[in-house]
Amino acid sequence: MRFPSWLHVERRPAPPSWMVFAVSLGAIVFALIVAGLFFQAYGVSAFRAYGDILRGALGSQLGLTETVRRMIPLLLIGVGLTVAFRALFWNIGAEGQLLVGAVAGAGIALFSGLPDALLIPAMFLGGFCAGAAWGMVPAYLKAKLGINDVITTLMLNYVAIYIVEWLIHGPWKGPTMRGFAYTDRLPAAAILPAIAGTRIHWPTLAIGLAAAAILFFIVRRTRVGFEIRVVGENPDAARYSGISQVKITMLAMMISGGLAGIAGVGEVAGIHYMLLSPTHISFGYGYTAIIVAWLARRNPLAVILTSFFFGVLMRGGDVIKVSLGLPFQLVNVFNGLILFFLIGSEILIRYRIRIGTAKEAA
Amino acid sequence: MSWESWIVSTLSRTLAYGTPLLLATLGEIYAERSGVLNLGVEGMMIVGALTGFAVTSGTGNPWLGILLAAAVAGAFSLVHAFASITLRANQVVSGLALTMLGLGLSGVVGRAYEGRPLLHALDEISIPWLEKIPVLGPGIFQDQSPLVYIAIALAVLLWVILFKTRIGISIRAVGEDPATADSMGINVARVRYLCVMVGGMLAGVAGAYLSVAYRPSWTDGMTAGMGWIVIALTIFAFWNPLLGLFGAYFFAALFHLSYRLQAWLPPELLKAMPYILAIVVLIVVSRGTLQKRMGAPSALTLPYTREEG
Repeated sequence: MRFPSWLHVERRPAPPSWMVFAVSLGAIVFALIVAGLFFQAYGVSAFRAYGDILRGALGSQLGLTETVRRMIPLLLIGVGLTVAFRALFWNIGAEGQLLVGAVAGAGIALFSGLPDALLIPAMFLGGFCAGAAWGMVPAYLKAKLGINDVITTLMLNYVAIYIVEWLIHGPWKGPTMRGFAYTDRLPAAAILPAIAGTRIHWPTLAIGLAAAAILFFIVRRTRVGFEIRVVGENPDAARYSGISQVKITMLAMMISGGLAGIAGVGEVAGIHYMLLSPTHISFGYGYTAIIVAWLARRNPLAVILTSFFFGVLMRGGDVIKVSLGLPFQLVNVFNGLILFFLIGSEILIRYRIRIGTAKEAA
Repeated sequence: MSWESWIVSTLSRTLAYGTPLLLATLGEIYAERSGVLNLGVEGMMIVGALTGFAVTSGTGNPWLGILLAAAVAGAFSLVHAFASITLRANQVVSGLALTMLGLGLSGVVGRAYEGRPLLHALDEISIPWLEKIPVLGPGIFQDQSPLVYIAIALAVLLWVILFKTRIGISIRAVGEDPATADSMGINVARVRYLCVMVGGMLAGVAGAYLSVAYRPSWTDGMTAGMGWIVIALTIFAFWNPLLGLFGAYFFAALFHLSYRLQAWLPPELLKAMPYILAIVVLIVVSRGTLQKRMGAPSALTLPYTREEG
């Protein structure tokens, strides 16, 4: 792109954090305004729509708890993605990692025959391992063979979808479900405790919050966290300083995939109580969490905030489905617009514009 | 069922299902050859599908529906072009955003068209003479949408343009080494914009094919992940339009056979094959030199700016 001579665009060395925050907030506001214009064009009052969303998501106890219920998988996956993205690994496959985690959780619940007390811990562990394994395959392929991570993680999402489809139509189809494509209901001991009167399965939420805090500490304060950052920001430096790229990439994806797997266990054992069709297990959490992590600027603690925000939007989708008769797909309009405005506004953070005929930059 | 009618229906359904895959893959090949990965295929297809359906049911003219589907999806793809080329935003994220936006917008706007029948679907044609050939005639040349043949012709045409003309050299140069292309006087941004738009238009036609020809109707999310198969196919085809032709039919055959062979094989296994095969291909060609020879554009996903070289 060519600019007039009085206009200088130059790289900003280190953007101050207030600026990152302001630009991100501005991007969200603009996205919501554009979405509002879309409401108006569609014949729905934007004020009414946003009013409904806010009231429905935050204005009542039920609304708030449903917002948190939506937030749980976004938090877990989003926290993991900050680590993967820090290692510059493009994990677009959280959706699949969530699904294989759900499979592992449901499988252990239904068929392991473990004593009741061990069941839930085993399910979480199994979900973590399944998600981690699903994530470490593309990590290995990238670190060892240089294979594009975007493509492999994306493709594995669909493989996971078809594994779930196969299980619920075939070998795991529940005999008590009268021909529906579900597994049987999970045994009572496998069902996650929820805060009374809500669908907040708190053990999963607690794992998510703990992961955010622990990973924040690891990334900022430990040697491993330092190595993850080096591999992401400067692979050459990592090589020269003897940091194993393979090991670090695999580790980052073990964390990212594993947390997504735990999110899958949470959905199966905390919300649905069975394994069912992939579109019903995950409402695109794996993709939405990419925005969650991106908006949090790869800061695990900030994910608590951003996942809550997207929880509000998803709950908002549920609400205006009923109050305005708009399809849940509307959430994708928000997601898409916010993402575009976020990445579009990044140029404001990375570059600055100077006006005037000032000294020639070399 | 006799083996003859079995082959006929397999051929015929493979062509029918492979056509939208082929159209959108040709478009993605052009975008990626110019150095722009567009993960928005699914979104552009669904926007095309809705536009095609809405225009056709409004005007009664399916060709107009297809044309406008190309125009609208082409314009829609410019959002990705603007973000990734002009603003140099991350192509992966921008493409995902395009898919989300397309699915969302079409889901909301399409609500009014849900469940309506399409009175003026695109008619099927038979090729005189050729349809008389035993087995192959009814399998390939009878009762197919004209878009099936248009897509095949386009594959050949786009192959010729990409590999035998100056335009094609420019496109490939921009995708391989934008800095050198720039110094040779090629306008990198313009070539990339055009290629992304071609990708959008073809994805739009692919979507419209689904809603006005293949299954004349509109349902929310009717592209059902086809756009991601296209991403896999583009790799599987080594970024080559003619190989895209074979790849699209191969994947379509797998899809069709997943129903036909249900008694012997779980259909999910064959449906997952395109995605697994794309990964296998990437592993096989992962030895650097081979990958280069096979056509992976070197500058794929890398934004280009003159200042930073």
